[in-house]
Amino acid sequence: MTLRERIGFTTLAAATGALVLLVFALLTYIVSGGASVLSWEFLSQSPRAGMTEGGIFPALLGTFLLTILTAVSSVPVGIAAAIYLVEYAREGTFIRLVRLSIRNLSGVPSVVYGLFGVGLFVHALDLGISILASGLTLGLLTLPTTITASEEALKAVPRSYRDGALALGATRWEAIQTNVLPAAAPGILTGVILGLSRAAGETAPILFTGVAFSLPKLPTGLGDQFMALPYHLYILSTQHHDIVRVRPIAFATATVLIGLVAVLNLTATYLRARARSRMHA
Amino acid sequence: MEAAEQVSVPRDMGGGASRRLRERLIEAALALAAGSSVFVLLGIFGVLLVNGVQAFGTGDGVSLANLSADERAMLSEAELAELGRHTEHAPSVGADFLFSSHWNPTSSVTAAYGVLGMVVSTLIVTLLAIAIAAPVGVGVAAWLAYVAPPRAREILKPILEMLAAIPSVVVGFIGIVFVGPLIARVFGLGNGLNALNGAVLLAVMALPTIISISEDAIRAVPKDYVQASLALGADRWQTLVRVVLPAGASGILAAVMLGMGRAIGETMTVLMATGNAVAMPGSIFDSVRTLTATIAIELGEVPQGSRHYHLLFAVGLVLFVMTFVVNLVSDMVLRRGAPRPS
Repeated sequence: MTLRERIGFTTLAAATGALVLLVFALLTYIVSGGASVLSWEFLSQSPRAGMTEGGIFPALLGTFLLTILTAVSSVPVGIAAAIYLVEYAREGTFIRLVRLSIRNLSGVPSVVYGLFGVGLFVHALDLGISILASGLTLGLLTLPTTITASEEALKAVPRSYRDGALALGATRWEAIQTNVLPAAAPGILTGVILGLSRAAGETAPILFTGVAFSLPKLPTGLGDQFMALPYHLYILSTQHHDIVRVRPIAFATATVLIGLVAVLNLTATYLRARARSRMHA
Repeated sequence: MEAAEQVSVPRDMGGGASRRLRERLIEAALALAAGSSVFVLLGIFGVLLVNGVQAFGTGDGVSLANLSADERAMLSEAELAELGRHTEHAPSVGADFLFSSHWNPTSSVTAAYGVLGMVVSTLIVTLLAIAIAAPVGVGVAAWLAYVAPPRAREILKPILEMLAAIPSVVVGFIGIVFVGPLIARVFGLGNGLNALNGAVLLAVMALPTIISISEDAIRAVPKDYVQASLALGADRWQTLVRVVLPAGASGILAAVMLGMGRAIGETMTVLMATGNAVAMPGSIFDSVRTLTATIAIELGEVPQGSRHYHLLFAVGLVLFVMTFVVNLVSDMVLRRGAPRPS
């Protein structure tokens, strides 16, 4: 190996190593900052004394409910769209337009989704500032991810699965329903979970459509406002009247948010690995 | 997998006509779902446009003329007079919107509606972020694709992907508690909430996109190129820099542009990390306020239907057009330049 090669490749390896270290350093920094506050009570109790004490239960619950609403509003449409694109579509203007739209939607800034949610759901459809308006907004934000991931999963199902059913007299939909979807399900689920984990961490789209800083009671209906983990962290780190004092709580909230996203991501990775080994078995 | 290997047969095989009808209906419903993505994109553009254009022209939406008789009856003499003066003083919004950097939409005396300062702020933070992220990202991608043993790649890639999973509000938090104070100490500033802080954080956020797409582009370069180059006596480093990277250039460029599209639209991180002073930035150590941050800060405070409300949709429209163009160009570059095996 020449000196030039040695210097060059060592630099590249060092950059990669530094980046990996950075990931671990950031995670350690956040978790260690919140460790003193983290406890079961932190997860299960409401904030007290102007958020300087107590836990984050309402924000945790709000994010959970919001994520369910997001899933309900985007997953069925997303999967249906993917089935059409993979199983039915013939190349043409319509399909090109659909694909172009999906690619562009995934590049629309999240705050623009927020504006759209305010203009359409909150005002035009008069849903008000509510968890429903936020869920629908996040549902649209996740739609491109759900479609793309479901497409990948459907494409990975071997042709023979369809041909087998069709040869026995099944219609196209029957073949999809009985043979293709069950085989693609783990892959679709992986994509859906990844999309939802991203939605759960979003702040800008819910900022004006439904999230609240502090609420006296938990949400009981679709028209209620809610608290959410990402917004809670934003408030604690920028808007709180005693920012220094609530800093450990902010660290702990960030830890819980990262933990939630990490659990969702690991679940998705595990499902993908298992599905892959089964498909090739 | 049992269910998959055995081909199950639908029970109801009779009723040809109704089965065909059912197939048709299902296909139509699925096509509608696929078409929804077009509706959503047009819908976003439409909502921004319809609300945004109302900001332009004279008056600010709150004027005597568009009050209903009921609303008028509820106001006192003094309030009506105040509203009349207000209507006169609200300046018109026109070309200034794009070419002025004075933004003061809430003032009743010296109201100004120019977004140029925010556009420049957005571009400074974004370009600086890309200047940091592109060399690092392409370097890491080159190492993963060209040098790393397969096992190392398998372990390292998911770790780097974790960067993409960190919510932007957490990255912003890191900017407040760690990167900002660090910048302040290193450069001897009063506080570190400035353009540089935002750029460093956005660079970290853009890295996973840049790495993953560049790596694909580098791996797609045909092995023949590498072998031909080595056979001519070039060493592996020369081959990487002079043959492999140029051959994958369009994919790498697309990766960088996609990373840039993300950075332009990123909201919470810059909102929390750049200090949000409304002004034309003079240096990377100035506090800046981007387009996204402006929407996030002000939309909560404006009454629905006011000129200020509509202006924020116009700001959203500017943002939408900027990201749309960047994404479209990167998409075209990616499509045109994909290396084909000869």
